[in-house]
Amino acid sequence: MRLSGWGRYPYIDSHAEYPLCDGDVQKLVELAGEQSLIGRGLGRSYGDSALAHTTLHSLYLDHFRFFDKKIGLLRCSSGTTLASILELIIPEGWFLSVTPGTKFVTVGGAVASDVHGKNHHLDGCFSEFVESIKLATPNGVVECSRNQNASLFYATCGGMGLTGLILEVEIRLKRVPSSFIDATTIKTKNLEETVEILEENHSSTYSVAWIDCLTTGSGLGRSLVMLGEHTKEGGLVVGKKAKLSVPFDMPDFFLNGLTMQAFNSAYYHRMTKVRSHAIVHYEPYFYPLDGILNWNRLYGAGGFLQYQFVIPKEAGIEGLSAILSRLSASKKGSFLAVLKMFGTENCNHLSFPLGGYTLALDLKLSREVLSLLDELDEIVVAYGGRVYLAKDARMSKEVFRKSYPRWEKFSELRRQWGAHKHFNSTQSQRLGL
Amino acid sequence: MKKILIIGATSSIAESVARLYAKQGDEIYLLARNQGRLDKIVNDLRVRGAADVHSAVFDVCDFDAHVSILDDVFDRLGEVDVVLLAHGTLPDQSLCENSAESALSEIKVNALSSVSLLTHLANKMEYVGKGTIAVITSVAGDRGRKSNYVYGAAKAMLSAFLEGMRHRLFSKGVVVLDIRPGFVDTPMTKDFAKGVLWAKPEKVAEGIVRAISTKKSVVYLPFFWAGIMGVVRNLPRFIFLRTSL
Ligand SMILES: Cc1cc2nc3c(=O)[nH]c(=O)nc-3n(C[C@H](O)[C@H](O)[C@H](O)COP(=O)(O)OP(=O)(O)OC[C@H]3O[C@@H](n4cnc5c(N)ncnc54)[C@H](O)[C@@H]3O)c2cc1C
Ligand SMILES: NC(=O)c1ccc[n+]([C@@H]2O[C@H](COP(=O)([O-])OP(=O)(O)OC[C@H]3O[C@@H](n4cnc5c(N)ncnc54)[C@H](OP(=O)(O)O)[C@@H]3O)[C@@H](O)[C@H]2O)c1
Repeated sequence: MRLSGWGRYPYIDSHAEYPLCDGDVQKLVELAGEQSLIGRGLGRSYGDSALAHTTLHSLYLDHFRFFDKKIGLLRCSSGTTLASILELIIPEGWFLSVTPGTKFVTVGGAVASDVHGKNHHLDGCFSEFVESIKLATPNGVVECSRNQNASLFYATCGGMGLTGLILEVEIRLKRVPSSFIDATTIKTKNLEETVEILEENHSSTYSVAWIDCLTTGSGLGRSLVMLGEHTKEGGLVVGKKAKLSVPFDMPDFFLNGLTMQAFNSAYYHRMTKVRSHAIVHYEPYFYPLDGILNWNRLYGAGGFLQYQFVIPKEAGIEGLSAILSRLSASKKGSFLAVLKMFGTENCNHLSFPLGGYTLALDLKLSREVLSLLDELDEIVVAYGGRVYLAKDARMSKEVFRKSYPRWEKFSELRRQWGAHKHFNSTQSQRLGL
Repeated sequence: MKKILIIGATSSIAESVARLYAKQGDEIYLLARNQGRLDKIVNDLRVRGAADVHSAVFDVCDFDAHVSILDDVFDRLGEVDVVLLAHGTLPDQSLCENSAESALSEIKVNALSSVSLLTHLANKMEYVGKGTIAVITSVAGDRGRKSNYVYGAAKAMLSAFLEGMRHRLFSKGVVVLDIRPGFVDTPMTKDFAKGVLWAKPEKVAEGIVRAISTKKSVVYLPFFWAGIMGVVRNLPRFIFLRTSL
């Protein structure tokens, strides 16, 4: 079957397997021989991390194992989606300790990418709340945690499926008084002000900035900074199912520079006041795009790239300006440009976040965009930053090795568990892992 | 709280149905042939809110066990509100064309096992005098087609059997529901290329639970298959024979 990531680039012919139980996974690994295998959840990673000769889909590995409502501890199989976890835990007054910008991801995918949310600056990555993982490696099924097979645990969290197939995950949840968020939006004039407001509000539980990255000159980096706190108001209400869907590929002209500029400006100018407050449900707050299923089709059949990088705090405004200016100049624009503050780096081998600023933007695929991103990679690496593997479809081996210095340790561990022979993705092969 | 029995409980469609009943806080008894998967489902349904979940390992082709297993279920649950039969296999049509043995074995799993189970179940439910017997057949039973007429024949047999049983139990307060899904994306159909006519098991499960609660007799799921099959059934034979259906 033809398969791609969320960005619909690249596509490869892949053989899909749907294990029904843990035993099936073991059999599939034995059967695979020399062919490469990789785990796959809901395919919400943008690039080629969940692509291989054979994909092991976790679709039918979606069972809750237990849920302790008193202490907020949940164990489930890896194919369980964050959406179905929310449906179970919200009515009991619990929430995900860390959530990415879509609830349509699996727990296995969230661990493998060690995803981050709007609270990374205070709470860190998804793995910070993972107590234990049951993993099928070619050398057998093992439980790993900070106390048991610890090095395998640190490699698996953020390990992009390259240590084996995650079977079960145990996570700690967060108590919430209601399912609503007290959201504050602040309009800023430029990058300096944006970063300043983010820093000033470091104690805010959630924070993120939507940058209008097509504006140049003195307005470079003007944003809407969005802060959020859980509120007592509104009760415990589970969200509605997504209704809208984009059934067909949009024509190519839909997202050219002009329409995007109009989009970004309208978004920015919709806000008339500098500071506004609202009580919003967690769905629109955390998952604004989940209301439109298959929105990736808005980019047309040609596919798109999401580029997300982080640069250390020291590089700060200087580094961000350098990259934003280069982007503005290119007019290759972005539908979404999101700036976030990261807290300190964790000790997983391949986790993406490090203390500093991260920017994520979408770019319609083209040859010029590919070479533009190679250029941006150089700037990012020069400032001591790195690019997010969950979004990547094109980074070079050299850039990867320079920016993920623990890659050798990771490779060594893969060898130890026999994973290097069986678990390989299109991405891992490109990156020389 | 309702009491639900599900046979073929590891079926993807059946599992989605069980999750809906679990969420409503019902008590559920599961029969299926794979112990490991059954245990996972039992646990999962408990977490999702089922009042209680029981299970037993059971192969529907083990005819000798039918009476005793159903006795166990009714002893445990008492009055049963809903019985769902979901087990089934999708035959390799060309294999069946070359082997009567294969064809018969498919008829056995997909029809004869249910004939036996339903015979016992009908008597038990008639005695109780309430409840619903729901059976997943298929749109394939509406007309024999060259692409899968062994499967179609088994499902058609079940549908006719259910029609008669419904007639018999109508005055006894027992509802008999014939569920005819179209294409559903489940392990059974994992090797098929999926298109717009395909439905997710969760969607079909919602339709099943709705049809049970509204005491329907026959239901096509999703609904548009009623129209499609209307056309297929009524195609004049001279045209039908020239199609590749
Ligand atoms: C709209 C949108 C918003 C997003 N927002 C954020 C965000 O805010 N923060 C963030 O960090 N990310 C974000 N992401 C990225 C997304 O959270 C990650 O790519 C996540 O890993 C996707 O999970 P998935 O289940 O779809 O996995 P897939 O995309 O299918 O796979 C992703 C990786 O996980 C591995 N994997 C999946 N399942 C298993 C398993 N069972 N065992 C072993 N390995 C496995 C795959 O091999 C692959 O390497 C966003 C994506 C989208 C589309
Ligand atoms: N999927 C479709 O497109 C479609 C369309 C119309 C009708 N249906 C019908 O819907 C029902 C459910 O199927 P599904 O789509 O959910 O597929 P499925 O997930 O493959 O379920 C089929 C189930 O039948 C069980 N089974 C087969 N032989 C059995 C036996 N001898 N004893 C006990 N259990 C047995 C299987 O158990 P194991 O897992 O142990 O093998 C499996 O759990 C079936 O009756 C099928 O014919 C399906």
